Amino acid sequence: MGDLITLAVILLVTYMTGSLIEKAHYRKIKKREKALIGKTMVSYGIKTWDNTKKVKKIELVSGEVVISVDYFKTFAAGLKNLFGGKLNSIESILDRGRREAILRMREKAVGANFIVNTKVEQIMMNDPSNKNEYPKCALIAYGTAITYE
Amino acid sequence: MILTNIESVPGMKIKAQYGVVSGSTVRAKNAFADIGAGLKNVVGGELKSYTELLTEARKEATSRMETQAQMLGANAVINIRYATSAVTSGAAEVYAYGTAVYVEPVGV
Repeated sequence: MGDLITLAVILLVTYMTGSLIEKAHYRKIKKREKALIGKTMVSYGIKTWDNTKKVKKIELVSGEVVISVDYFKTFAAGLKNLFGGKLNSIESILDRGRREAILRMREKAVGANFIVNTKVEQIMMNDPSNKNEYPKCALIAYGTAITYE
Repeated sequence: MILTNIESVPGMKIKAQYGVVSGSTVRAKNAFADIGAGLKNVVGGELKSYTELLTEARKEATSRMETQAQMLGANAVINIRYATSAVTSGAAEVYAYGTAVYVEPVGV
């Protein structure tokens, strides 16, 4: 019985902290994305540029973030995994992380005309031998920033 | 040193190429940072110490790659790729590789 109460308390607390942190993070991301509208263009596949203009600066820019999946989300995902289907809780984590990584990359390239060939990669930073660990996800975005004269 | 992750350097012409150069590093944070990150992992949110770890590791791998390219006499590395993997919990390996080339501005 005592174990169940402890579990319920932990779930409640982590649910609250997790959703608070997530909401605050989404608010920040949206604000920063709005501030960057029309600034530096990001392209994911294009590797070419305007040949007629003179290039001033070429730079490799990157942004990375490690984001954790809280206890409640891990628990909910574990339950949902039994039945299959969409894992909303994990989806939002990956979405947040990816947007954050791309934003950090773009903020490093302020003043550049565009960033070409952006790659986003993600890895789980867990110990492969320890199955009980909560997932933490690393997202890395990098690309070539080009500035015209 | 010019670094790009596309097949060429914008506004420049490749004169010579020296083959693949690479650099890798494995890094870990101290035990206190690990404990802090473990607690943060329960409540959710960004793990700043691990983000820092990745940034440092990526810089280190890139600078090792640059050193190798400089030894070959190159002035640019093109088509750079990063590969990251988690070796154990709290340690990350970053591997950077690309093609070392010598470039000159177009029209010189």
